[in-house]
Amino acid sequence: MLELTPDEWIAIRLSLRIALVATAVALPFGVAVAWLLARKEFWGKALLDGLVHLPLVLPPVVTGYLLLISFGRKGPIGAFLADTFGIVFSFRWTGAALACGVMGFPLLVRAIRLSLEAIDRRLEDAAATLGASRLWVFATVTLPLALPGVIAGLVLCFAKALGEFGATITFVSNIPGETQTLSAAIYTYTNVPGGDAAAGRLVVVAIAIALVALIASEWFARRAGMRFHGE
Amino acid sequence: MLVVAVEKRLGDFTLAVKFEATAGATALFGPSGAGKSSVANLIAGLIAPDRGRIALDDTVLFDSASRVDVPPHLRRIGYVFQEGRLFPHLTVRRNLDYGRYMNGLPRADDEMARVVDLLDIGPLLARRPGKLSGGERQRVAIGRALLMRPRLLLFDEPLASLDARRKREILPYLVRLRDDAKVPMLYVSHHAPELKRIATAVVLIEGGRVAAQGGLELLDAGATDMLA
Repeated sequence: MLELTPDEWIAIRLSLRIALVATAVALPFGVAVAWLLARKEFWGKALLDGLVHLPLVLPPVVTGYLLLISFGRKGPIGAFLADTFGIVFSFRWTGAALACGVMGFPLLVRAIRLSLEAIDRRLEDAAATLGASRLWVFATVTLPLALPGVIAGLVLCFAKALGEFGATITFVSNIPGETQTLSAAIYTYTNVPGGDAAAGRLVVVAIAIALVALIASEWFARRAGMRFHGE
Repeated sequence: MLVVAVEKRLGDFTLAVKFEATAGATALFGPSGAGKSSVANLIAGLIAPDRGRIALDDTVLFDSASRVDVPPHLRRIGYVFQEGRLFPHLTVRRNLDYGRYMNGLPRADDEMARVVDLLDIGPLLARRPGKLSGGERQRVAIGRALLMRPRLLLFDEPLASLDARRKREILPYLVRLRDDAKVPMLYVSHHAPELKRIATAVVLIEGGRVAAQGGLELLDAGATDMLA
């Protein structure tokens, strides 16, 4: 029914890979930042909070441009990473993943932070009296109880990463097979004569992926929620 | 033996208590707001005294003079809270096992069986805390604290959130625990009748100070104005 050309498959697979990598890499940072914002008072907290949320309110093109001048080949961070670790972002799929991760990050942090703030701290005290060090308390009480929020954050971040367009195209351009994601491919097809059919097929795929992600997250969240209220 | 001599400022309330507790069940008795629960939290290490000393047997848990402050997870003090505080994401069995895991204690099925039997919680093991009644929850909380092999058991109004019938249901278990487990107990309550069943010694706390220390006769002394 839905006959996809090899080029379209490439764009879909690339999009999924970029979104998955972006979400997976963002997760540990997201948990750490959410924990800092939810639990700690420190100098510069408001600044960190603002920085994290900036991609949510800035025009994506601005975020993409900022990534370009800092993580590009000639950017200070980009040059350092390329020279020391051989990690190159500019015009690579890794750069697209970075842009998508940055754009999804505020959504990830927000969801996790809210669930951390909702946790009954007295349960953590109880765990400490039972012999759990702070790290064990976090691993066995805090994180499991925050799981519904973590899942919600992952889905939001993944969805944002999958649909990201402005920052990605500004930072790493629109190179088929390397940085051309689903959104960029649809945009390209709509700009060429006779591309409507291809664009339409990719739109159907985009809707399907989004629906599957939503249903999966709902299922996970319900399972996690059920565990707290009996079997 | 537990030796406590600490001071702690909490807002505009100052706690300054000094007492000793030996084997058996020592009651921390006094009106609401006297600072009894804060004393329990200080002993457990959940809040730090401003100055003073807390020692259990030959271990110093806190000493401001020599800057000792053992973190709560290394104190080995079982704590039964008013609200149970069972972990909602774990089954009853895993709640009971939590302290053993965290303290790296070997598996002891006979000990588990004995505690489960003592508290009659066998049928609950596979359930999650969300499905338990208040009384069941408190029994599991007692079992959880007991199974970490504590050097001291703290009880902070463990029956206060239960109705009279549930209280009567739990009291015999606490008495059995006192007589069988051989772990010293410190029992916070403002309810004299309950303490008469459980306590072997009484520390009377009023306005953040130890007003008196002695036997069960102290429960009658303050009881009239405290039952309100």
